[in-house]
Amino acid sequence: MFRIVNKKELNSTVTLLEIEAPFVARKAQAGQFIIFRVDEMSERVPLTIADYDREKGTVTIIFQKVGLSTKLLGAKEIGDSIQDFVGPLGVATEYEGMKKVAVVGGGVGCAIAYPQAKALHARGVEVDVIAGFRSKDIVILEDEMKAVSSNFHLMTDDGTQGEKGFVTDKLKALIEGGAGYDTVIAIGPIPMMKFVSLTTKPYGIKTIVSLNPIMIDGTGMCGGCRVTVGGKIKFACVDGPDFDGHEVDFDELMNRNSVYKAREAELAETHICRMEKLAQELI
Amino acid sequence: MANMSLEKIKMPEQKPDVRNKNFEEVALGYTAEMAVEEAQRCLNCKHKPCVSGCPVNVRIPEFIAEVAKGDFMAAYRVITSTNALPAVCGRVCPQESQCESKCVRGMKGEAVAIGRLERFVADWYMANCDEMPEKPVSNGKKVAVVGSGPSSLACAGDLAKAGYEVTIFEAFHKAGGVLVYGIPEFRLPKAIVQKEIDKLSALGVNIMTNMVIGKVLSVDEIIEDMGFNAVFIGTGAGLPSFMNIPGEALVGVYSANEYLTRINLMKAYLSEYDTPIRKSKAVAVVGGGNVAMDAARCAKRLGAEKVYIVYRRSEKEMPARLEEIHHAKEEGIEFHLLRNPVRILDDGNGQACGIECLKMELGEPDASGRRSPVPVEGSNYVIDVDTVVMSIGTSPNPLIRSTTKGLETNRKGCLVVNEETNQTTREGVYAGGDAVTGAATVILAMGAGKKAAEAIDKYLKK
Repeated sequence: MFRIVNKKELNSTVTLLEIEAPFVARKAQAGQFIIFRVDEMSERVPLTIADYDREKGTVTIIFQKVGLSTKLLGAKEIGDSIQDFVGPLGVATEYEGMKKVAVVGGGVGCAIAYPQAKALHARGVEVDVIAGFRSKDIVILEDEMKAVSSNFHLMTDDGTQGEKGFVTDKLKALIEGGAGYDTVIAIGPIPMMKFVSLTTKPYGIKTIVSLNPIMIDGTGMCGGCRVTVGGKIKFACVDGPDFDGHEVDFDELMNRNSVYKAREAELAETHICRMEKLAQELI
Repeated sequence: MANMSLEKIKMPEQKPDVRNKNFEEVALGYTAEMAVEEAQRCLNCKHKPCVSGCPVNVRIPEFIAEVAKGDFMAAYRVITSTNALPAVCGRVCPQESQCESKCVRGMKGEAVAIGRLERFVADWYMANCDEMPEKPVSNGKKVAVVGSGPSSLACAGDLAKAGYEVTIFEAFHKAGGVLVYGIPEFRLPKAIVQKEIDKLSALGVNIMTNMVIGKVLSVDEIIEDMGFNAVFIGTGAGLPSFMNIPGEALVGVYSANEYLTRINLMKAYLSEYDTPIRKSKAVAVVGGGNVAMDAARCAKRLGAEKVYIVYRRSEKEMPARLEEIHHAKEEGIEFHLLRNPVRILDDGNGQACGIECLKMELGEPDASGRRSPVPVEGSNYVIDVDTVVMSIGTSPNPLIRSTTKGLETNRKGCLVVNEETNQTTREGVYAGGDAVTGAATVILAMGAGKKAAEAIDKYLKK
């Protein structure tokens, strides 16, 4: 069992949990992920590592309560434990040779964009962060991202905070303005990563995206996380999760990630029953 | 006087049209009377040909003689002196190509039902004498076992009995390897596997789940930082192959590994579990091995109206056990033989809606000695399916070999070992099972685990 030692609600749907997992904390690096399972009946769900503390032996994850498993996880409190927590999985992000980087985060993807920016900043790389959100009330990690970037650009779709517009608008403007990025790291919803990659392609700027497909084991065994990259089948769990954004077939990935949408909706219903039953037993 | 019946006592089974709707065990097992009667068919040959057909040399005539006498406890002791997992082997061993293939009774009529008798004895023991082994006195030496499938369980068990402090590192959340994620409940009830694992725990084996070796710890760290004196690698052959045909990335296309893991390990067939799986109407399983049969029979049990096996050679070349093919057919699985998929069709919304196959003819024998299939031009046709399961083989996982210096592998990615000792090209690091041989059988893996345990014991006593 893995104990939760800290919990923060970052906005109405995004939660931060710090979890005791000393073996994972010992080895974790930016870009890698973990798989959690809340209880015996739950699914195995991958989440990218948001932070780690080797001395305390803890790993931090930040997630949006969208599906059944993330809702169950979000319902856990400090002191509670979850059944399984395995990692670090996947290949760590390769920062070699980077000098000036734009880190682009979209929504809850900022939870992962932030540690990337932090890691780069710590290596002495010049980092600009472009963070995009739908609206003011879901902005997360603003101060943290500011602290590790040379220039921080906050974008909202509706203009309620920062500048109005998409991250791609800002990125394009910065590139056109001669920012001179050698690399762009984009983490967020699949369409955002797709359009960031399309934005950088004409300029030939190396673009790294972090993919989060459906998977079971995280060790290359199920093949569920296969993505087409440069026309070849890759397993995101062992070959990724970072890939060259100019090579990824994003439309295929989006389609594959929708596989259990209907089931998810159905489960959400039955699951409320399961949670209510549990609650009743507790009372 | 031996029982001279030419046929084995029939195995009681659930009826096909009943069992293809549930996940309970297909074969129900012999009663004591049946077992004694079948045991009496054994001629107790002096030269014991059956024993040479068993990868772990179970003293077959000896245990069968005890069964014939009705002393099931004595029979159990004979079996378990060389085979730690009789309830598993009695169910999943390909006896027809091993021990039973050498049985003298098989020359005229059917061989003695060695597998069924082994299973009976193991089940009888579990039902009647459920004592747990005691933890032996520790010799102070530590051995790490990576993976928890059949080779690892056998290796860990033997080492623990010899007094070693054994830790098993398992990547999944549950120990058992292919016995829990691969082989379905209806062929190998998971309670049986769990009992074997509980026995290991009673022997003092420490089982650490959620540990992906090669990621969370390297083999070198296990030795240097954690103070293990030797390591056994039993990580299996878990990497699924795909055909690289168009449409394999469509929704509704699974590897057999994913499909079976969702069902067997993650219990997608039980409503109290959250594991999602596709609700299929028609399923094509590509491949002809035991794994393909398992996937097809699972699909049927999950409610698919039509389930097809698509295999590029003829039934004679199928690597699956005869019994599995027979059971699959009885349960209503349709076989499309000498057919090779060329693409999977998209329904326009990114979902699989059919599989296009090409008819094949058998040509000359290939390297494996099997006649290789040759396509018949223009013979394409489509089978309407909403789900495709690719079951065309697996290869060893590179996670350990790519993170451990000095571990040699062959061109298929299998670890190279000394055949006598199962030591890898690194001193103190041993390996066995599918990680060495590529996908093979449970019993071969167990045999390798035992051999490695013996060699590790010798090595650490030096």
